Amino acid sequence: MGPLIVYDIISQNTNLLLAFFIGIGFGFVLEQSGFSSSRKLAGMFYGYDTTVLKVFFTAAITAMLGMLFFSLFGWMDLDMVYVNPTYLTSAIIGGIIMGAGFILGGFCPGTSFCAAAIGKIDGMVFIGGLFIGILIFTEGYPLWESLYYAEFMGSPRINEILGLSQGVFGLFLIFAAFAMFWIGEWAEKKFPREIY
Amino acid sequence: MQPKYMNPYLGGVLLGLVLLAAFFVSGRGLGASGAIKDTVASGVKTVAPSHYFNAAYYSEYYAMQRERPMNTWLVYQMLGVIVGGFLSGVLAGRMKLKVEHSPKITSRRRLYFALAGGILFGYGSQIGRGCTSGSALSGMAVLSLGGFVTMAAIFGTAFVLAYFFRKNWI
Repeated sequence: MGPLIVYDIISQNTNLLLAFFIGIGFGFVLEQSGFSSSRKLAGMFYGYDTTVLKVFFTAAITAMLGMLFFSLFGWMDLDMVYVNPTYLTSAIIGGIIMGAGFILGGFCPGTSFCAAAIGKIDGMVFIGGLFIGILIFTEGYPLWESLYYAEFMGSPRINEILGLSQGVFGLFLIFAAFAMFWIGEWAEKKFPREIY
Repeated sequence: MQPKYMNPYLGGVLLGLVLLAAFFVSGRGLGASGAIKDTVASGVKTVAPSHYFNAAYYSEYYAMQRERPMNTWLVYQMLGVIVGGFLSGVLAGRMKLKVEHSPKITSRRRLYFALAGGILFGYGSQIGRGCTSGSALSGMAVLSLGGFVTMAAIFGTAFVLAYFFRKNWI
């Protein structure tokens, strides 16, 4: 039963080896989907290319559904899956700063590594920026420590807040994703760009 | 010619399966910024060990991270990302050393903005406890409230600011 490492089905070293192979899959799919191109990624915010929306939401609902099925089959214990804790203030402020970084830099951290792997110099420079930004955070930590820990809410799932089961919320999320895909397809027709 | 990319919905399903595999194996999702944090911490430990054991952040990090900061799941996963991206680029014939930018701006301007964006994204990813992969995508897959909030803040802000930086992209 999964998660494999939690139930001691695989050793720590096997876990790290699998991390490497999972990473290969991650990088391969990102690059194949065009996430190594900043102009393609930035297209999301001007409507000319909504690949980010399509890939991101399809991936989220696929993984979510997969976990619900695995749980149903008795293959995976969802109580042992890590749910990111919610510190409301830092989730919002961090997200806003990342959003600014996205529109300025044209990448997020994972995609910048894919870009650098195929020779994009802008990707490499972005990665240099990531190191600097993280070093600023770790060195100046006492300055933002109180912000970092503000408004702690535990590790709630969004369906619990709304009083729904995971399955029912998941169904709503799938409907929402399809509505967004429809908007994305519409936007690409409305704001077309031939070459970029 | 538009480079040939995979159908985005197929790409999304495949990425979802990779994410599912990550949860099935490790109980956690994918991530990117965490591996850089591990590398930064490891670098500081090597260059300035006394600072590492005294400064507030690293001592908290050290308490959680055992003795070898580079021996983490995310570091191995990110090494894989580089290999996977490289393999895909080779297969698709996209290997080329270049600065990609809009014809309306210079390479130099593109690189300044890439550096500034990287600094902001790196800093923000630590405030927000994870980036687009670790917090937003993996968080959403497990229906984490924080994951949805971070995702909305990242994309919402980028949409709001898009108008002011349009010259860089369109």
